[in-house]
Amino acid sequence: MSATRAPAPGHVLVVGASAAGLTTAEALRRQGYTGSLTLLGAEEHLPYDRPPLSKQVLSGQWEESRAVLRPPETIERLGATLLLGDPAAHLDLPARTVRTAAGRELRADAVVIATGLTPRPPAGGAGPRGTHLLRTLDDARALRADLATASRLVVVGDGVLGSEVAATARRLGVDTTLLGPQPYPMAAQLGTDAARLLAESHTRNGVRLLPGDGAAGLIADDHHRVSGVRLVSGPVLPADVVLVAIGAVPDTGWLTDSGLTLDDGVLCDAHCRAGEGVYAAGDVARWHHAALDRPVRLENRANATAQALAVAGTILGAERPYQPVPSFWTDQFDARVQVYGVISPDAEVTVVEGDPAGGRFVAAHRTEGALTAVVGWNMPKQARLRAAELSAVYSRPRPASRATL
Amino acid sequence: MKVILEQDKCVASGQCVVAAPAVFDQRDEDGIAVLLDPAPAAESAEDVRHAADVCPALAIQLTE
Repeated sequence: MSATRAPAPGHVLVVGASAAGLTTAEALRRQGYTGSLTLLGAEEHLPYDRPPLSKQVLSGQWEESRAVLRPPETIERLGATLLLGDPAAHLDLPARTVRTAAGRELRADAVVIATGLTPRPPAGGAGPRGTHLLRTLDDARALRADLATASRLVVVGDGVLGSEVAATARRLGVDTTLLGPQPYPMAAQLGTDAARLLAESHTRNGVRLLPGDGAAGLIADDHHRVSGVRLVSGPVLPADVVLVAIGAVPDTGWLTDSGLTLDDGVLCDAHCRAGEGVYAAGDVARWHHAALDRPVRLENRANATAQALAVAGTILGAERPYQPVPSFWTDQFDARVQVYGVISPDAEVTVVEGDPAGGRFVAAHRTEGALTAVVGWNMPKQARLRAAELSAVYSRPRPASRATL
Repeated sequence: MKVILEQDKCVASGQCVVAAPAVFDQRDEDGIAVLLDPAPAAESAEDVRHAADVCPALAIQLTE
């Protein structure tokens, strides 16, 4: 197909210097791209990995430096211009020029959007002192510092991040309450059965769960420090540290008037192209998954890497649609959980290996007989092998699956 | 090519085994990756580079 290949661009600008952005840059070089390359990052830090922030970095088990994505000398060898601490502010699409907060004007032949997510703030703004969001290394530092002297942590939000932080904080000995709208933490991501086991694990380890509840407001003391969370159900829960983990939104504010289609992320075709010479990868990208035949956006670490590799390929002329099997993992207390595919609330769930009572199992989720997801609980290898069957479903060019996201 | 696998960083995703089954495996009991061949032959090099690329824990280091 080389006859149809576009010429390689002379300058690629990658906006976002986290996992998806850095991987795109590395993959371009690996695939033979020799033109100029610029990596623009909003944060001052060298590119670092986010999954450890809620676990090993927050707990102090790792030095922060262990979370860097690559050692400085490896980044040096990339032959890229690294611009850090300067968020993108505007994209001129026809000119493919990005203006930054510091006033730089960066023109490129190809622009990769990898700006990730911004956490949703609590209703009514940032909240009193002691209220935290968690997305960045600085966020993790601040939360860790507060947890060191905390007597009562309340985690608002029962998704992946909230559940992980509750587990980490409890392991640090902090009195911890986890609340959210679901019957069990992570029910949407794990399905009811595995989420119930996760809830049992949290309870056994001393986390107080308040399922089916939410935060109606945050209460401050006379020093404007958080002193409690007013629950939707009425009472006030005392707290001196609060983590708000109620989801995140794609960081596309800088693209508002760019002419790109923004719809819960940067809308892309099956090749992760958002516009002429513009691509998106990672948490921010909502692309057409050819096997599911609809736009999909995935907020997980595995996708950041895989989609970045795909985008690098697209930029260099590979005409291969990106259609991965969604997958993620979480580590909480003694559970290491792997999920492949798409969890649907009405799926029929069968344990196909191991035994939930023994703390190790693999469950197959089926809808109308077709495998839609595999959940592994302390059986990573067996879960991966069982999930191999999903690859066939997800590699079909046309929709054959009834799975819904 | 020399391969270094940091098992204490491994998150047991098994992506390396999918990418380069001749060089990596996973332990049955906890899924942690195992290095089968720390000095793979040239014909495995591309697979091993792909394994390092897709490892979500960045636990695979290569020296050419």
